[in-house]
Amino acid sequence: MATVSIRGVHKRYDDFHAVKGVSLEIKDKEFVVLVGPSGCGKTTTLRMVAGLETITEGNILIGDTVVNELPPMDRDIAMVFQNYALYPHMSVYDNMAFGLKMRKFDKAEIKRRVAEAADILGIKDHLHRKPRQLSGGQRQRVALGRAIVRNPQVFLFDEPLSNLDAKLRVQMRVELKKLHQRLGTTAVYVTHDQVEAMTLGDRVVVMKDGLIQQVGEPLELYNNPANKYVGGFIGSPAMNFADVTIAQNGSGLMASNSAMNIAVPEHLAAPLGAHVGKPATFGIRPEDLRLSDGSEPAHQTFEAVVEVAEQLGSEILLDVSCGPSSMVASVDPTVRVKPGEKIRLAFNPKRAHFFDGKTEMAVRG
Amino acid sequence: MAVAASTSASERVIVAKAKWRPLESERNLAWLLLLPTMVLLGLFIAYPFMRGLLLSVTDTRVGVPGEFVGLDNFRRLASDPIFHAVVWNTCWYTFVTTIFKLALGLWLALLLNRSFKFKAFTRAFILLPFIIPTVLSTFAWKWMFDPTFSVLNWMLYQTGFIRSAINWLGDGDLAMLSIIIVNIWRGVPFFAISLLAGLQTISPDLNEAAAIDGARPLQRFWYITWPLLLPVTMVVMLFSVIQTFADFQIVYVMTGGGPANATHLFATYAYQLGVGTGLLSQGAAVSLAMFPILLLIVIVQLLYIRRVEVR
Repeated sequence: MATVSIRGVHKRYDDFHAVKGVSLEIKDKEFVVLVGPSGCGKTTTLRMVAGLETITEGNILIGDTVVNELPPMDRDIAMVFQNYALYPHMSVYDNMAFGLKMRKFDKAEIKRRVAEAADILGIKDHLHRKPRQLSGGQRQRVALGRAIVRNPQVFLFDEPLSNLDAKLRVQMRVELKKLHQRLGTTAVYVTHDQVEAMTLGDRVVVMKDGLIQQVGEPLELYNNPANKYVGGFIGSPAMNFADVTIAQNGSGLMASNSAMNIAVPEHLAAPLGAHVGKPATFGIRPEDLRLSDGSEPAHQTFEAVVEVAEQLGSEILLDVSCGPSSMVASVDPTVRVKPGEKIRLAFNPKRAHFFDGKTEMAVRG
Repeated sequence: MAVAASTSASERVIVAKAKWRPLESERNLAWLLLLPTMVLLGLFIAYPFMRGLLLSVTDTRVGVPGEFVGLDNFRRLASDPIFHAVVWNTCWYTFVTTIFKLALGLWLALLLNRSFKFKAFTRAFILLPFIIPTVLSTFAWKWMFDPTFSVLNWMLYQTGFIRSAINWLGDGDLAMLSIIIVNIWRGVPFFAISLLAGLQTISPDLNEAAAIDGARPLQRFWYITWPLLLPVTMVVMLFSVIQTFADFQIVYVMTGGGPANATHLFATYAYQLGVGTGLLSQGAAVSLAMFPILLLIVIVQLLYIRRVEVR
């Protein structure tokens, strides 16, 4: 087991700057998830840790060793690929044993380790089969088995669940989490799915355009997004945004546009003071909106028109339009509203977010 | 409601009759689609083959209709020393060239499978020996092996390897070596491009996974690439063996089977007997002698391919 340090790493292809100075310290036994849209550099970063891509600039350390020049086999890592990358002409047993054979383990030890891994993953009965005779979930387990038999210092996962159907994905996600709790091996996990990132990661790294946007524990990212991008990326349904202008109003600040005129919460008034007269973005999560019952101060509510009501059983998602912006509000399942109806939505001022109109960075109290 | 009521009252049901559309019957359509192929195969393969078979059991010569003589022609071949040499030559020629074509073709394919500048251009360029009409390129080779004007001799002489000209096509062994070289030169592109196509179907992830698993480049080739490429390799070898075994052009242009019959293959010897000397039935017998040997090779290889593909 070991730490992984990524220090000022760049990756340039001929005419493409894929990773633009990524730095990240991964602690021993930590499960870190790199998440972002395709092309954000997360997979390239992972492949540089694996040794499958050269590093243009910067250093990657596993433990105390700079591994920049080491080939993959000498880094003591194991990787699970998106398409499993099982050797199609070998049996499940041989697939899992291959890495041990290459490292010249004796036969009895190989047998013991493969049996143990197969037991953990529940694929004992399939050891003699070929990969193509297995279901997607079973192949995924074999790929995991191939990684864990080697007992490496670091596990690398490259979107390992994206080829599974939705139900199996949830199931394998839980198993991965259990497996990590059991083995405690340092893991770096790449995904574009923010739910996977939130549920699996001890810490989550949000990337975009080759840069890290924010690093933090899942709830920290959820509650305190560093910028508008992270706010919109983490959470489902996504955070609502409305472009507003900040204006002085007596001792307080108001944020307004053509459809809303709301008070800036007190804890944000001081930092937003510098933004008076300037554009900003108001952000509020769907669950921090509710149907107004008239008890709230008027400037903690705004008017909206219902477009669609999605009944989910435990909640209703209201797709509403509020002037130029579309929003989603998660409201109580007993609420009855019709499309086209005008409603008043109240927001929780403690959970309101404001982002700078230009830099899109969060304004924090 | 109204519709249901009226039908239940009168029970008048109209059974629609299908229009006569003969081509919508799969049976008829199958025959129709098979017809062109069957005509072509029958006219240009089955018929000539049967005529060859009939010819080989007569004593037909040019201008002489001939009579049925049973297996006399084949008996004569059995005691013909030139025919013995032909069998050996053809097997040796096929064996050596196939080994080299496979080795060089695979090597080239592995190189071409990497990423480099002008990749597409190079891949196309590699095919040149395969594209140029064989007779033309073989003539060029014939000049290169010419005893007097040989550019090979000139180069070897200039670099000090030889002191007097080598008579490439005048010596039996050297002539065989020469046609083997030309056949390899012509055949490597086919192997290279076909194997390259096979290599491109192998996911690069597999090699990366093996690299992480601790396999060195040679081990990755041996444990991953080679077994996954094997089905393609076997098919390419099958084509190549059939073509090489029945090769005619290269030998005919380079040596005409000489010197002293040292480079005769089945096809050139059959041509010399049948067309050159006019002994049509004996020529047919030589051609047909190829058949059982090729059949055996094809059966063995096809069985092997099936086994490999099932894995």
